[in-house]
Amino acid sequence: MDASEVARALTRIAHEILERNKGTEALALVGIRTGGVHLAHRLARRIQEIERTQVPIGELDITLYRDDLASRKDQPVLRKTSIPFNISDLIIVLVDDVLFTGRTIRAAMDGLIDLGRPAEIQLAVLVDRGHRQLPIKANYIGKNIPTSAEEIVRVCLEEEGEEDRVVILKE
Amino acid sequence: MSLKRKDLVSIASLDPDEIMLILETADSFKEVSGREIKKVPALRGKTVVNFFFEPSTRTRTSFELAAKRLSADVINFTASSSSVVKGETLLDTARNIEAMQADIIVLRHPSAGAAETLARGVKSSVINAGDGWHEHPTQALLDLFTLREKKLSFKGLRVAIVGDLAHSRVARSNLYALTKMGAEVRAVGPPTMIPAFLDRLGARVYFNMDEGLRGVDVILMLRLQLERQGPAFFPTIREYSRLYGLTTERLKLANDGVLVMHPGPINRGVEIAPEVADGFASVILDQVANGVAVRMAVLYLLSGNN
Repeated sequence: MDASEVARALTRIAHEILERNKGTEALALVGIRTGGVHLAHRLARRIQEIERTQVPIGELDITLYRDDLASRKDQPVLRKTSIPFNISDLIIVLVDDVLFTGRTIRAAMDGLIDLGRPAEIQLAVLVDRGHRQLPIKANYIGKNIPTSAEEIVRVCLEEEGEEDRVVILKE
Repeated sequence: MSLKRKDLVSIASLDPDEIMLILETADSFKEVSGREIKKVPALRGKTVVNFFFEPSTRTRTSFELAAKRLSADVINFTASSSSVVKGETLLDTARNIEAMQADIIVLRHPSAGAAETLARGVKSSVINAGDGWHEHPTQALLDLFTLREKKLSFKGLRVAIVGDLAHSRVARSNLYALTKMGAEVRAVGPPTMIPAFLDRLGARVYFNMDEGLRGVDVILMLRLQLERQGPAFFPTIREYSRLYGLTTERLKLANDGVLVMHPGPINRGVEIAPEVADGFASVILDQVANGVAVRMAVLYLLSGNN
């Protein structure tokens, strides 16, 4: 995917979110660190352009909810969770860059539910690359990219000082 | 980056990058303590043993809360209720605890070097929660965390540590921690309570408190350990208090926005006047709140390494 494809996919997802939820009432976006946070901010900007309303944005770090913490040799670096609003009774759209095994999303849902009881959790991803290990499915998908398990999908974003694009690296 | 060590025994053995990693990790954990459900599953299934040979409320409760907020199982041992009174050695008791699959042992002990000895003897991670007059690393880390929260930068920060530096593990750990991070440390106290050659550790010594406080950004008061000191170090408590007690007048000698810290428990009216302890410059209760976040960070970072 190149920069314009990424932009179009995000615009479409923003419209889909609004269509499915009939506007922005009780809607909030929560990006999963780090890639998902940037995408959540971009989606919020597009939603504002379309509906002229601001949706709250949160940032979620799932490190403490990983299922491999006990088996790893060294601890992954912890970053901040910052969700400055009460998520109870809101429709939360989780945003991530790549959907792969589904384990991150499981951790994110557990993390969210520790913070309150959302009315609904939906999932938006820029890329779905398959190979799920858990029964998890995205509601909004930028692009389905079939991959082999050994390949690496890298999402480069302007916010990280690179040109917007999605590339597949062979192992 | 991650903390590549089994134990946290002293600040002296940490490098500045490791200190920063702990502080940054603690920053993330502070958010957890502000939640309605103050619990994360990071240490589920791990066992933390609080092994305390000296009385302590603050530190033990703080470690216990930190471990519980990480979902670890916590066991508390105190010397009086353990088989130590039956003559078992420290290492033997610890090996028994280890045989019960303890992952992390938090040790408070009256002898300097106890944590180091234990760390060498067991496979579990050991966290020093104070060993004799040697060190109390998590106290220094939470002091740094509190400073960073209020002042942001350690470089060139002027800090006066006031009181009985000779018998204070808090002072020693803070001295190492602050100088490593680039702060300028002054040691203020009566000659009987300032160890010789303290300047070799990078501190400037002041026997006169007014001179020592002039132009500082932070005043770290030490507790006068009344239960440990006989009359050998100063004639009377009243005299000590008059010469080295922190009062509102003395506070004015420091820079604007000065912060007052104290590791607790405070002797009101002895080393610190009540109106200073409760005043606007005091961050004493912030220190206590931050202690939990810092200890969560240390437990989390060490738990991957055993």
